[in-house]
Amino acid sequence: MLWIAWKMLIGNRAKYLGIVFGVAFAALLIAQQSSIFCGLMALTVSQILDVEGAGVWVMDPKVRYVDDVKPMADTHLYRVRGVAGVDWAVRLYKGIARARLEGGAYEQVILLGLDDATFVGAPLTMIHGHIDDLRAPDAVIMDVVGYGKLWPGEPFEPGRIIEMNDRRAVIVGLAKARKTFQSFPVVYTRYSQAIRFAPPERKVLSFVLADPVPGVDPEALAERISAQTGLQAFSRDGFLRKTVRYYLLNTGIPLNFGITVGLGFLVGTAIAGQTFYLFIVENIRQFGALKAMGTGNGTILLMVLAQALHVGVVGLGVGVGLAALFGWSTRSVSKLSFFMPWQVLVMTGVAVFLIVLLASLLSIRRVFVVDPAIVFRS
Amino acid sequence: MTIDSCAVQVRGVTRDFGSGDAVARALRGVDLDIPHGELLMLVGPSGCGKTTLVSIIAGTLQPTAGEVHVLGHDLVAMPPAARVRFRRGNVGFIFQSYNLLPALTAVENAAVPLIIAGWSRRRALPAAALMLDRLGLGDRLTNLPSELSGGQQQRVAIARALVHEPRLLVCDEPTSALDAENGRVTMDLIAEIAVQPDRAVIVVTHDTRVYPYADRIATMEDGQIVSVEDRHRQREARAPSDPDGGRHP
Repeated sequence: MLWIAWKMLIGNRAKYLGIVFGVAFAALLIAQQSSIFCGLMALTVSQILDVEGAGVWVMDPKVRYVDDVKPMADTHLYRVRGVAGVDWAVRLYKGIARARLEGGAYEQVILLGLDDATFVGAPLTMIHGHIDDLRAPDAVIMDVVGYGKLWPGEPFEPGRIIEMNDRRAVIVGLAKARKTFQSFPVVYTRYSQAIRFAPPERKVLSFVLADPVPGVDPEALAERISAQTGLQAFSRDGFLRKTVRYYLLNTGIPLNFGITVGLGFLVGTAIAGQTFYLFIVENIRQFGALKAMGTGNGTILLMVLAQALHVGVVGLGVGVGLAALFGWSTRSVSKLSFFMPWQVLVMTGVAVFLIVLLASLLSIRRVFVVDPAIVFRS
Repeated sequence: MTIDSCAVQVRGVTRDFGSGDAVARALRGVDLDIPHGELLMLVGPSGCGKTTLVSIIAGTLQPTAGEVHVLGHDLVAMPPAARVRFRRGNVGFIFQSYNLLPALTAVENAAVPLIIAGWSRRRALPAAALMLDRLGLGDRLTNLPSELSGGQQQRVAIARALVHEPRLLVCDEPTSALDAENGRVTMDLIAEIAVQPDRAVIVVTHDTRVYPYADRIATMEDGQIVSVEDRHRQREARAPSDPDGGRHP
């Protein structure tokens, strides 16, 4: 009987495509908007993700997310190093600086000051130059997207000069860095250099990056550091969660995207539900004939659910496929954030399942109440 | 006639539609017996209750009052699920508007009752093809209903009605959508293939051209059977040596 249901469904090509379009449209909207939302959330934590090797982040107790820097005294570094279970701990400067370009124009940049000795937090992939080039006087490395933003279309020229805080900085290399939420160019330099590029402040230490000795859990170490120093400490994952949670709770981003996703769900349900309902109504005599010939309501329910499931699976595939195609085709567009984790696929699948379930439930009543004697009426 | 000797026995059947002041009585105490092996035609003006009566006999509609025994089963007392099973195994339908599934080919349409009965497609399709071949549609197995003429569609409907060898065949205006020639062919097929000693055939019709195929003609008016004409006796008197009982006009 499922075979008959399938043939009935695809036999009416226009209706079939209409239902699939409705479901696919909803799936596309839900998956695409959710992926852009996830992409934006990924941007907020990109600088945490870019710092490899440090299992624990230590910061001022008032810090709420990674860009909310509250400078600390340098002495906190030594207090962290004194906590049992800390294998090593280094400084990290993070701030916004104003860079003056050759032509006199000013651009804001994200300035990262890496530990002079170890370069913990340095970019993993260099496009031009070498990370050790940072040891040269006034040397900075810029992220490749930021460089393209400051000098559009121009090839990389080693030795290019910018000024920050009236001090010259020499660009010695280009690195690959994740896109940031502020979308400013990222400039890497040594910690001792960074505090000269930054506006003068009494306290300048942004974060202490630490790593536990082998066998110590980063979460446990973070708790111990917090307890012993009074500072705020998180494992890398914990800091990711804290930052994302801040954006979720304190910005309108989830609401705005939630509204679009909700609209996608509603529109998809409306289109798919209405078209599926019309499909059922158009076939009501066929269902009546099947009932007259001895098909029970249970089998009819299975047939309708199978039809709904079929359009759901096809619509989900088309919609998610189009969303993925959109993400793939815009991967080189630096202003667009698109990140489709498996959770988006699951969420879209659940939404589509609900859409086709609602659509079939709207229609199934008509089939249940249809009198098989309808087939005797012309 | 006893219940055992009758394929269909209807006693005092009434059927109301609506309720309260708006109630409409479609059947008013109908009594009817149809023995095995008989082709009974139910005739009468529109709105006289023919379709309601045949729906009740086919088990697709419940009477408001009265008794209905079909093939030894009490349809009134039968639970709905059992009635569905009863129809599945015992009743074949031929509808005025064919009611073929437009997305299925001729052979797939003819196989539907077997599929409903739980046959696999591999078994059902050859059986349906055989039946269509008997009805002269062996070269049209893979055609969709939209690719067939009205007469051919009705033959597919006949194949579908008979493929599972039901013991009661209910035909609702089987010739009204057909021209004279196709109507005659359709009735010839019903008379030749459907009418069997262990099967009863009921044909609801307005078409006077097909009356000669009937064993008996029950005329309805205003929800009641007002007369039953025994054509079988007339035929016997007219053509005692005719091997098909003189059904062909």
